[in-house]
Amino acid sequence: MIHTFTVYVDDKPGVLNRVASLFRRRAFNIESLTVGHTETPGLSRMTVVVDTDEYGARRLEAHLYKLVPVRRVDDITTAAYISRDLALVKVAATGEARTHVMQLVDVYRARIVDVSPESLVIETTGTEDKIDSLLEVLRPYGVIEMARTGRVAMARGSAPVRRNGGRSFPGEEIGGDVSSGSV
Amino acid sequence: MKLSGAQILWESLVREGVTDVFGYPGGAILPAYDAMLAYPIRHVLVRHEQGATHMADGYARATGRVGVAVATSGPGATNMVTGIATAMMDSSPIVCITGQVGSKLIGSDAFQECDITGITLPITKHNYLVTTPNEVAAAVREAFAVARGGRPGPVLVDITKDAQQERAEFDWEAARPRLSEAYDAALPGDGDCLEAIELLNAAERPLILAGHGIALSGAERQVLALAERAQIPIAMTLLGIGSVPASHPLNLGMMGMHGEAWVNEAIQGADLLIALGMRFDDRVTGNLKTYARSARKIHIDIDRAELNKNVRVDVAIAKDLKAALDEWLPLVVPRDRSPWLARITASKGDSAVRDIQNLPDDGHLYAAHVLNDLWRLTGGDALIVSDVGQHQMWEAQYYKHERSRTLITSGGLGTMGFALPAAIGAKIGRPDAEVWVVVGDGGFQMTMAELATMTQEQLDINVAIINNGYLGMVRQWQEFFYDKRYAATPITAPDFAKLAAAYGIDATTVKTRKDVDRAVNAARTSNRAAVIDFQVEQEDSVYPMVPAGADLHKMIRRPSAIVETATD
Repeated sequence: MIHTFTVYVDDKPGVLNRVASLFRRRAFNIESLTVGHTETPGLSRMTVVVDTDEYGARRLEAHLYKLVPVRRVDDITTAAYISRDLALVKVAATGEARTHVMQLVDVYRARIVDVSPESLVIETTGTEDKIDSLLEVLRPYGVIEMARTGRVAMARGSAPVRRNGGRSFPGEEIGGDVSSGSV
Repeated sequence: MKLSGAQILWESLVREGVTDVFGYPGGAILPAYDAMLAYPIRHVLVRHEQGATHMADGYARATGRVGVAVATSGPGATNMVTGIATAMMDSSPIVCITGQVGSKLIGSDAFQECDITGITLPITKHNYLVTTPNEVAAAVREAFAVARGGRPGPVLVDITKDAQQERAEFDWEAARPRLSEAYDAALPGDGDCLEAIELLNAAERPLILAGHGIALSGAERQVLALAERAQIPIAMTLLGIGSVPASHPLNLGMMGMHGEAWVNEAIQGADLLIALGMRFDDRVTGNLKTYARSARKIHIDIDRAELNKNVRVDVAIAKDLKAALDEWLPLVVPRDRSPWLARITASKGDSAVRDIQNLPDDGHLYAAHVLNDLWRLTGGDALIVSDVGQHQMWEAQYYKHERSRTLITSGGLGTMGFALPAAIGAKIGRPDAEVWVVVGDGGFQMTMAELATMTQEQLDINVAIINNGYLGMVRQWQEFFYDKRYAATPITAPDFAKLAAAYGIDATTVKTRKDVDRAVNAARTSNRAAVIDFQVEQEDSVYPMVPAGADLHKMIRRPSAIVETATD
């Protein structure tokens, strides 16, 4: 099954390589991997999507903790979480087609961020399903190019996820916060 | 106090308790070598950097301390790769220090530049690229903490030439490791032992699988206490050998591909396996689908990633073995398990006494004779460093180790050429030990240049070459599985006695069994290095054998003709 991990790592050169190398070395197949800054300076957050069984997920978590720059690993697969992907799609659209595309953009609550005589660039954010679906309807008009970020994910509620892999940062107190409910 | 990065390196190593390093100088590590002269360090000049890593590894396995290897950039560093991978697979704590081209030159394909941190990323626990003198102390200090912590293993510290040359403030206190609390720490639920104890107390036919983790954790006493208290027989992995005395009545011997038949049968017939510091390698399980199907399984390993990896277990405990067993022992109910022990003894039959070591002396010298005699003559008390291949398995079968850390061998990676350099490291770590290298004619030729290191360091190491003119283990596979088509396995060798003599080492050639005692005794009493070339039966095979991937209980036994001779 598809597992989604959020992995907190030290923001240092080569860390992405270490994590990616672990997945490759242990023959895990990465569906998606994103990395970016967090609210804490010096700390980056990765969202890694992997197709593996439960045993594989537990071993992967154990392997991640054996990497020195890894601070925390949360397997949020079974938690309530929000996941988003961002895509930029350049579509060939002139004349009547342009109107149709703009209508589709409205339906999908996407945005047009660049206009040229021959094409439009559409920005959309959402689950991968939603973006895939938008892409399908745009395809007949001629998708010239596309860039996607891959999945970023976050558990709902105020406290970080506390699965068996979850743990606090050194010195950080995470009490029995009750989730404030999903939005 | 301002020091050069090179001085900080040695200040740090000395503070980590390092007294011996194994290395080879070169351009990018020259500042470090220049600074070394001012420090109380014994530097062993190797003949190839692979040797340096195996020496550091042998040193670590013999002493339990971290071994240190030093090399220059580029080829010096890449030559270390095999030794680092060997240490990684066998959980051996070593720290490799490599020089790197100047930080401004990194990425420019400079002379002897090589991305050694990139290359060693998957075969080290961690590695560091140090580009300023300020980082040297912290990197070295953390490297030692990582190498020896948890499941031990190799760490590499790559230091640019300018980081060695430039000066910085040396503050040892400020350089203390800042490993995150999460790193390699226990997770909730990792240490639950009650369920394991219930299984253990209820078991009729339990069996302990004893691995390398026992020696690494220092849990020899606890394992024996557990076995004796609950009357549980013990099966050894190759690297577990020595952690339980071979003569102990509950020690059944080695398991796996070339393990004793009754041990593998006991595994298949057990109702509970208690795996202690071992990792269910394919060489010990055979076919996983038919492995120990009637047994529940408890697995204790300090490395959580080993749990439920190859074999699904009922209770998985990620914990230091010694700590886990200390917790267990008071809860283990003493119990008589004599029916189970009697069943194992019965399955031994006479197979324990009728193998090749009891063949009448018909003029042929068998490797098993040599190992058996070596064991007898040294009282099972020598520190044996074996290489990889047939002789390694015969050593494991016929040399009965009574004490922990007296067998050093490359188990996981199976690195031919390991033994001679590893023995040099072991001897330097434990100068009082009687050290024997047991090595084939193939493996010996891979790293025999280190004979010069032995001579230069005036080490009293005895080398027993088990010389059969073949790459014997591969030849055996060709005999069994490739219709005796001996592709590239016949191997010539120089006259090893003459070769050793050229290095100034006492040497002798032995072709008959009656000469074994004399040669071994001469080597033991000489107080100098010795090489003995044992020219043994060429096409002998290691029995029993579980073919790769076959069911553990389906072993190839020694052909009956020879067995009959033995029982006459």
